[in-house]
Amino acid sequence: MATVRLSFSPAPVHVRTARLVGVAVARRAGVAEELLDEVRLAIGEACTRAVALHNQYRIPDLVMVEMSDSDSYMVRVIDRAPIEASIGLTKLPPDELAAESLTDEALTTGVGFALLAGFVDDLQVRPVDEGAGTEVRMVWPVHRR
Amino acid sequence: MELSLTTRTVGEHTVLDVGGEVDVYTAPRLRERLVELVDGGSRHVVVDLARVDFLDSTGLGVLVGALKRLRAANGTFGLVCAKEPLLKIFRITALDQVFPIYSSVEAAISTSSGERDDNPPTA
Repeated sequence: MATVRLSFSPAPVHVRTARLVGVAVARRAGVAEELLDEVRLAIGEACTRAVALHNQYRIPDLVMVEMSDSDSYMVRVIDRAPIEASIGLTKLPPDELAAESLTDEALTTGVGFALLAGFVDDLQVRPVDEGAGTEVRMVWPVHRR
Repeated sequence: MELSLTTRTVGEHTVLDVGGEVDVYTAPRLRERLVELVDGGSRHVVVDLARVDFLDSTGLGVLVGALKRLRAANGTFGLVCAKEPLLKIFRITALDQVFPIYSSVEAAISTSSGERDDNPPTA
């Protein structure tokens, strides 16, 4: 099993780096070529969410991304925001998406979660084992090498 | 790939050609340009996503913001997108039911010129 870990300051500019690394490791792990766009998008969404939460709660800690492959390709994106920040994550119904009352933040959060749920068959969002924070765990199949 | 933004005028439409990656880092520049266009008097805006190779939820949020801003100003807003990976993003988020999405700039312009109401496009 190979593991690659990446930690970055919670700034938008670094999300692209995390996407690039995540896709490079996925390719090497044997994730099918046709899934790589989805891997890129999902890692980006999970990291964007983590950066937004750190900024919202003024948490300077690093966002952690861990990529590992064994029987499958697993990516964990870990933030340090209070767990209640993740309560209410839900996919928005179409008639609410362009509602005037919906804030930009709520729209982006809802759409981001819809993308994660839509593109990742094996997705878990759960509290970290120790301290504050949430782990977004995404798993993709790999070809046997 | 860096974000690129180019504006051109076709009749009474303003076409914004977007290229590269629209994400949490670059989306504020797209938002700024769209706000400038509306504040500058553009009322019929078409955003061409043909050269976009990455679009995330932040970018989608910016596009929804532009749609709302133009609706409030009695304007029209359309997207041009024929790439299946991007179309899938609109379908998964149900935003394909919110945006008029066309397969070409010509289709966007001709449809919104003839229909200044909320009729959905066929593309």
